[in-house]
Amino acid sequence: MSGRSASGSPYAPHTDAETAAMLDAIGVSDEEALFDIPDAVRFDGSFDIPARSEQAARAEVAATLGRNDDLVEFLGRGHYDHYVPSVVDHLSDRSEFITSYTQYQPEVAQGFLQALFEFQSMLVELTGLGLANCSMYDAATALGEAATLAARLRSVSGTRVLVPDLLHDGRRSVLENYVTGTDLAVETYPTDDANVDSETLRESVDESVAMVYAENPTVRGTVEENLDTVGTLADDHDALFTLGTDIVALGVLEEPASVGADVVVGDGSALGLPSAYGFGLGLFACRDDREFLRQVPGRLVGASEDDTGRRAYTLTLQTREQHIRRERATSNICSNQAWVALRTAMHAAYLGPDGLVELANDCVRRAQETAARLDALSGVQAPVHDRHHFREFVAQVDQPAETVASDLESEGYAVHAVDDHEVQVCVTETNEPALDGFIEAFAEVTR
Amino acid sequence: MSQQDPVERASEDEEPLHFEQASWQTSEETYEPLLSEKGTSEVTVESPLPDDLTRDSVELPEVEEPELARHYTRLSEMNYGVESGPFPLGSCTMKYNPKFTEDLAARPDASVHPDRSEQASQGTLQVLHELQGYLADIGGMDAVTLQPPAGAAGEFTGILIAKAYHEANGDDRSEVIVPESAHGTNFASAAMAGYDVVSLPSDENGRVDTEALDAALSEETAALMLTNPNTLGLFERDIEEIADMVHDVGGLLYYDGANLNALLGRARPGDMGFDVMHYNVHKTFATPHGGGGPGAGPVGVVEELREFLPDPHIREEGDTYERYTPERTIGKVHGYDGNWLVLLKAHAYITRLGDSGLTDASAKAVLNANYLAEQIDYEIPFGPFHHEFVASAGEQDAADAAKRMLDFGVHPPTTKWPEIVPEALMTEPTEIESKRTLDQLAAAFDAAKSSSGETLADAPNRTAVGRIDQTEAARNPRLSWQALDE
Repeated sequence: MSGRSASGSPYAPHTDAETAAMLDAIGVSDEEALFDIPDAVRFDGSFDIPARSEQAARAEVAATLGRNDDLVEFLGRGHYDHYVPSVVDHLSDRSEFITSYTQYQPEVAQGFLQALFEFQSMLVELTGLGLANCSMYDAATALGEAATLAARLRSVSGTRVLVPDLLHDGRRSVLENYVTGTDLAVETYPTDDANVDSETLRESVDESVAMVYAENPTVRGTVEENLDTVGTLADDHDALFTLGTDIVALGVLEEPASVGADVVVGDGSALGLPSAYGFGLGLFACRDDREFLRQVPGRLVGASEDDTGRRAYTLTLQTREQHIRRERATSNICSNQAWVALRTAMHAAYLGPDGLVELANDCVRRAQETAARLDALSGVQAPVHDRHHFREFVAQVDQPAETVASDLESEGYAVHAVDDHEVQVCVTETNEPALDGFIEAFAEVTR
Repeated sequence: MSQQDPVERASEDEEPLHFEQASWQTSEETYEPLLSEKGTSEVTVESPLPDDLTRDSVELPEVEEPELARHYTRLSEMNYGVESGPFPLGSCTMKYNPKFTEDLAARPDASVHPDRSEQASQGTLQVLHELQGYLADIGGMDAVTLQPPAGAAGEFTGILIAKAYHEANGDDRSEVIVPESAHGTNFASAAMAGYDVVSLPSDENGRVDTEALDAALSEETAALMLTNPNTLGLFERDIEEIADMVHDVGGLLYYDGANLNALLGRARPGDMGFDVMHYNVHKTFATPHGGGGPGAGPVGVVEELREFLPDPHIREEGDTYERYTPERTIGKVHGYDGNWLVLLKAHAYITRLGDSGLTDASAKAVLNANYLAEQIDYEIPFGPFHHEFVASAGEQDAADAAKRMLDFGVHPPTTKWPEIVPEALMTEPTEIESKRTLDQLAAAFDAAKSSSGETLADAPNRTAVGRIDQTEAARNPRLSWQALDE
């Protein structure tokens, strides 16, 4: 570009003449004169990062990414890969969406606000709960936020948070960190064949419990059969029942409100995003009683009117939030995952009710059929748990699980090794086309 | 973009602004109907599962793909982004988001599962390891974690690290000091980590009041959280003294990276005495903010704090990259390793710009803020500022002035914050604006300044909707389409 110095930022449009004119208008001789930094803390070194052309930068990063092995992944355990329709990529990448900011000027952000309002509405429909926020970072932090909500609402009655012994390590660790500033203590309750052990749970729930957490499907892919019991126990002892799930499972599994859930958290990115190294979307829905409305974390989009009486959308109930309430805010969250929520809403709307139910039913069918095919192999028993499954299941293998996983990787397939002799397998429409080869390889490495 | 002066154009009041789209008004009530108003259907759930494990029915919008594409295209046209025009939102660093980074993020080999083996994930781990190194160098830090998924999550992580450090020293401290003018997240993050928050007033020059700081510091001080340059755009010239004061009582100095775009290549938090910091990659490193997120908030620490970093951290052993658990880790702050695709885009941006581009980005960001400040009529009480300035709307309501600016096709600044400036207009044009765009922006500022009270109260008039009733939204919360019928 003429007149621009070659070594500058490629995204700063100044010509040398313009820079000179601007410096002149300010009344300084050069750019450095604008920096009011004491000499003692001036940095005179270099980062040793060479500037590159776009072509070179793109090629270099692409080459690095190319070091990821080309595997067919049969991986899940809370992070799922479903086929994302092209229309979601193209529409969500429209620059008016992706390059916009939080909707502090709603009059020029009606599009995103309406999309988030629609996202909240779909979550309300799927959970049966009256209130949904417009995103948390991921399922783990949403669980952490649910616990701090319980602390605000139930601190008088209890301080114990009960979670299943199978809870994903990442979620457990995040939860422990989120309750740092509360009086809550996280405790484990046992599971029975990868479902809630109702009898043991009944013994441990009393008035000292602030929140009981259960998941459906569980991290081992089983469909939870005892949610009614959890809901009743929590209700009887004035504890919150928080249910962890995902947006696809909500399509057919029991409606959270119908089993007495007060809060729903989980992963939304099963729709809208590919498996992206844990990059996700935290769902958060809860009851809409007054106490919840005042204490819910995260941003909320509401409907209102403009000065001509026309419907308009805006961020609302912001007095709960950090930029107003500071240390007494319901959460520190500011940037959230709005763009992922937009994608998830697009994907859900693309599917419609028939498409979502069909996708969810396929998750049940594929897990069942794939488990049966592995079970037919000698030295393999699947599923380990005598339960219904959703999308994934655990298989027992005679060989060490690590060896099976590693041998499968050599054949181009990835599975979880979850215990000494247990592997976990997740099947969706994205890896189903490779299923025959996978079963063959599985037979080979477990022979 | 029209060559016409924006003020003149607005006064003619004919050409609809990009986000106005009045021609699509389908009814008196709304420009684009809700998906639910386009049609929903309720289906009975029939499943391979037993009935008692399934829901009865699902009701969702039923829209075919062409209509869905039009719906979201129309919504996008009622939305203002960085590519719609200038976006000088103070403290938010709304840069242009380079397109090639999106293409990299869309690559299939960028989308792998976090539970695959390290050996099969070398590409991802290398990108993350290189980014850890880039950010450490840029911030003058010894080690960086990429796990926090946003700036506020970075603050929370940093304060948890500070807490773990003190506890490891057998030192149970109870307070975190935060300047009154700091981001609200600082207060909230410190509280989430279990600390009492001590608020610190500014001095008459808009900087840290060192006498007040001296009074606030004690054996209870776990950390002081600072932004530098601060929210007024001013460099804390006493930063070395401040660092010594905090360290003398055994506290740690935390750097909020919101304003790092002012300093690239000229000063580093680590060299100023900061012990722990977060970076806002969606600000400084040009990853798109996506209408509220995702961001990413990596945290840098000095050597003494490395062992407390979140689990896992990534290191290079020989020619392979591996995850390891730091010896005294605080545990996890995200279910996996953070907002990966955002981190990838930040890596690509830094790779593209290199030293010279990053250094120039700061130079042009500071040049633009200073030039714009020269061109506008509103008073700017504090200086010398860097990448942003805070003007005062004076007798006007800053929120009204901002609404009026919308009528000139520009995004207004952040309003009414920081409170040290009455009716604040916090303005950060970033390096991406040309002189000509800054002149147009200045014209919009000046048009707002010269507007009558009546005009201000009536604004905006050229946007998709007029002024929105915030009180009604909060008094009668309708947060879903289900609630519209109530």
